[in-house]
Amino acid sequence: MENAYVNNNNNDDILIVRNLKKYYPLSKISIGKKRSYVKAVDDVSFSIKRGTTMGLVGESGCGKTTVGRTILRLHDVTDGQVIFDGMDLAKIPPRKLRRLRPQMQMIFQDPYSSLSPRLPIGEIIGEAVKEHKIVPRSEYRSYILKVMHDCGLQPHYYYRYPHEFSGGQRQRISIARAVALKPKFIICDEPLSALDVSIQAQIINLMKDLQEQYGYTYLFISHDLSVVEYLSDTIGVMYLGSMVEMGEKKQIFDNPMHPYTKALLSAIPVSDPDVKMNRIILKGDIPSPVNPPSGCKFRTRCPYATKVCAEVAPKLKEYESGHKVACHLYSQD
Amino acid sequence: MGLLDKWRQIKQAEAEQGIDHTMYLTLKEERRISRENNRIIRQFEREKNRKNVPEEEYLTKMRDPNNVVEFENLHTYFFTDVGTVKSVNGVTFDIPQGKVVGVVGESGCGKSVTSLSLMQLVQAPQGQIVSGSIRYQDRNGKCYEITKMPRDKMLKVRGKEIAMIFQEPMTSLNPVFKIGEQMDEVVLLHEEDATPKMARERSLEMLNLVGIADPQKVYNNYPHELSGGMRQRVMIAMALSCTPRLIIADEPTTALDVTIQAQILELLRDVKNKINGSIMLITHDLGVIAEMADYVVVMYAGRIIEKGTVREIFHNPKHPYTIGLMRSKPSGKTKDNRLYSIKGQVPNPINMPNHCYFFNRCDRAIEICAEEYPEMVQFTDTHSAACHLCRNGGLMDTNSTKEQR
Amino acid sequence: MIEKEKAAEQTISNINQEARDGYEQHFKVISPGRMVAKRFFKSKLSIAGLYMIIFVFLFSFVGPLIVDVTWGYEELEVFKIERIDDMVSTADFKGPDGKIYTYYDKSQTLVYFKAPPSAEHWLGTDTSGFDILTRLMYGGRISLTISFIVIFLETIIGVILGGLAGYFGKWVDQLIMRIVDILACLPGLPILLVLSATIKSIDTIPAEHRIYYMMAFLTLMGWTGVTRIVRGQILMLREQEYMLAAETTGISPMHKIFRHLVPNTMPQLIVSATLGLGGVILYESTLSYLGLGVPFPRAAWGSMIALADPSKGQEILAYYPNMWVPAGILIVVTVLGFSFIGDGLRDAFDPRMKR
Repeated sequence: MENAYVNNNNNDDILIVRNLKKYYPLSKISIGKKRSYVKAVDDVSFSIKRGTTMGLVGESGCGKTTVGRTILRLHDVTDGQVIFDGMDLAKIPPRKLRRLRPQMQMIFQDPYSSLSPRLPIGEIIGEAVKEHKIVPRSEYRSYILKVMHDCGLQPHYYYRYPHEFSGGQRQRISIARAVALKPKFIICDEPLSALDVSIQAQIINLMKDLQEQYGYTYLFISHDLSVVEYLSDTIGVMYLGSMVEMGEKKQIFDNPMHPYTKALLSAIPVSDPDVKMNRIILKGDIPSPVNPPSGCKFRTRCPYATKVCAEVAPKLKEYESGHKVACHLYSQD
Repeated sequence: MGLLDKWRQIKQAEAEQGIDHTMYLTLKEERRISRENNRIIRQFEREKNRKNVPEEEYLTKMRDPNNVVEFENLHTYFFTDVGTVKSVNGVTFDIPQGKVVGVVGESGCGKSVTSLSLMQLVQAPQGQIVSGSIRYQDRNGKCYEITKMPRDKMLKVRGKEIAMIFQEPMTSLNPVFKIGEQMDEVVLLHEEDATPKMARERSLEMLNLVGIADPQKVYNNYPHELSGGMRQRVMIAMALSCTPRLIIADEPTTALDVTIQAQILELLRDVKNKINGSIMLITHDLGVIAEMADYVVVMYAGRIIEKGTVREIFHNPKHPYTIGLMRSKPSGKTKDNRLYSIKGQVPNPINMPNHCYFFNRCDRAIEICAEEYPEMVQFTDTHSAACHLCRNGGLMDTNSTKEQR
Repeated sequence: MIEKEKAAEQTISNINQEARDGYEQHFKVISPGRMVAKRFFKSKLSIAGLYMIIFVFLFSFVGPLIVDVTWGYEELEVFKIERIDDMVSTADFKGPDGKIYTYYDKSQTLVYFKAPPSAEHWLGTDTSGFDILTRLMYGGRISLTISFIVIFLETIIGVILGGLAGYFGKWVDQLIMRIVDILACLPGLPILLVLSATIKSIDTIPAEHRIYYMMAFLTLMGWTGVTRIVRGQILMLREQEYMLAAETTGISPMHKIFRHLVPNTMPQLIVSATLGLGGVILYESTLSYLGLGVPFPRAAWGSMIALADPSKGQEILAYYPNMWVPAGILIVVTVLGFSFIGDGLRDAFDPRMKR
């Protein structure tokens, strides 16, 4: 396909996502009715620079996992462009996509279900290395052992099976599997949420070390703002399938503009009994993405909602350099 | 190839020396464990199945009448196929009237088993309270020894006097009954002269109390029609419907989103003040503890390693594990490039050797740490920690400790 | 290179240090295989089933050897055992005086076959003079062999087709599953009867080869069940995160199906195969009973029971239970044994299924 290759002027960005949309049809048969969709991801755009980490934050059901999976084309794209290293992944034919796979990897949330239970560790890590001929055959074994060593796994784990390991070690295996393919870009889909606190710190450090050593670009998807703050360079905040605020880490944490971002930040529990946060407690629950509110999607829970919020959906607009917000509180022109 | 071959060589050498690292039990060991387990379990079950236990046997006195619950040297073991798991191994702490006691620890540290022991809900026959006592004081000042209490008597305490909120609001409600039916049932079960009409009124009142805007509608809903946050509210309403003296909240916000977590925590605090009850809050999140708790108990591998008031624990932590836990939580203020992390893995409390359980993950371990389990060291009336480094009233550096020995 | 070696040594010394500290693993666990065995042996029924099947196997495969070595005969040895049979026939007739008379005829015949149980022939001999016990052994051998081969073929076909249908979905799934549906709604026994009768009537097929055709037919009728199981399992496993992970690493679909998915359906496959063995034995016996299976003079449990076929006279059914009851018992024991083992395995593989 010719138009799979897009001329990418800005070579700094490893990934550019433009107007990404992912709709799931609700029912297959609908007679006489308009077909309804779940708009899991609705018009999301962002770009990630080489060697940096972007954090994607949001609550459950906001579509952050779907964004990650759609970028990797684990789900088909409804509309929009995903330009990875100058190629539009949304339009690339499956056969070519399979050859591109090693360049972009994913680390999954659940270390218990993301490892094939009947394969030994060496095989889990090395299977795709063999298939894509990442290293010559003669070096294969030592290469896998080196990757395992990098990820803090001991060589004799090579022949063991996943059920013999704890959650933290499994997550290391999962990371090793991704890293072994020499990727450029890694999506981390809540890699810490199933782990114990003391193990989380180990995994964070491991990910940081690997990034320093090999220059990976991360898209870090999480609901834990403190981890995102620690790891990311830029941050995107999602609510109900749309990006509501985006910017440098400093901009988001020091000067949050969107009311939702403000509420999220104030909701982080502080590990100090004497600090009493001036907490913004949001009312109500996240609306269902099947039937999102009209206009601004956040208006049902927003303390500052006005009439215009119900009528017009706010556009994502840049206010400082790189700091974009979608809210009617700020001028929309 | 080098690494693996080397590994084989070493394995061989070790095999010759008789060092055994195999992680699987042999058939013989397994048989021995099963036989022993069966013997022990039978003994405990016989004790439990006695009928007509006289009341004097399980009546007792509290150490301090201001406490609702006192745990004293509680041991709860699980006799599993791979050996005895000492889930709770000598736990002592109190839950005072009207206070929130936070129990922190990582998975497998025994925090949930402690609360289940209190409810007599430890999964029998593998799980048994082996020794120690749990004293509970009811509204009328009567004290019960829960470890000796017969099952039928416990039914009256459970749910009515002590209520529990679970982590997963999805699975703790029965999907085939309406919310209202499930709530009414609790009231009808525990209040002797309750009529269905009274129960309904009480349920609606409770739904109102937990901040549900339209109680009538929720009353007639099925659990799947509610969101996670709503379900957790319903669970709290249900727990409150018999105005319990103690609410055990086992990771009540772990499955919820941040903004919903803030709502639920606010609600719990509010509700506690309204009914003047106590809360035993079990969580792994230090932030939640800092916000909610009055007293904190830090558990590790089935033992309490540090306890004190929130301020003592957060401002002046003594045990290296507590310190490590706090330092390993990332935040924007962490300026170092690397986050502090505790090395190694969370232990599974099977066949623990007689040394400090944290010894091999500890940065500051000294020789004695490998030799005996440390005693609890008191710093103030409320604050104590189990660490050899703390024996002279505070953390010392390793050198001076060595000199003293 | 030297640095690498150094790093390796460092790692290994670290490991040893950790192992010594008991840091790595200070307790032992039960291997998953042993766990399954333990749960399996907990159930009395599965142990009973295991004994039954071991007995049947020893009887059918070791038995003939013992007979051959000790007494030196095989399946088709004919024994002529002379025995005088008293035959008394009676008939009523009306005499000339109008009264009813009874006519007695007492005669003695020399019989060679149908010998009653004796020290030499524990279960006696049958209508052709074969030793019944020996024939039971050879019959078991054929039944068990057939059922194992059939189940093996069924499983292979089922795994391949079920794997493809479950993984690819869409039209592949539609095609395969519709074939399965069609085959599954055909009445099995009548079809088998028609097919076997057709084979029997074709003169060009020698009688010894008929058994291969029978196996093919049994396989043809049976693979649908396995296919359904495998497809169902794969549909479920396909949604697991490790399949997403496999997708992101870009390994080929064939690897995904046969290295990641199919091995995880093994427990269900083993259970269904074990339960299926009994079913095949029943089918085989039925066909042999109707004379469409293993051809005479080869023995089969079904055809041994067929000796008692009441349409050929009541005599054997009534007076020679030693000829057909043991075969019936063996069929029951085998089928029950396989069922017990299958149920036990199902519980052992999936502890949630219990109760």
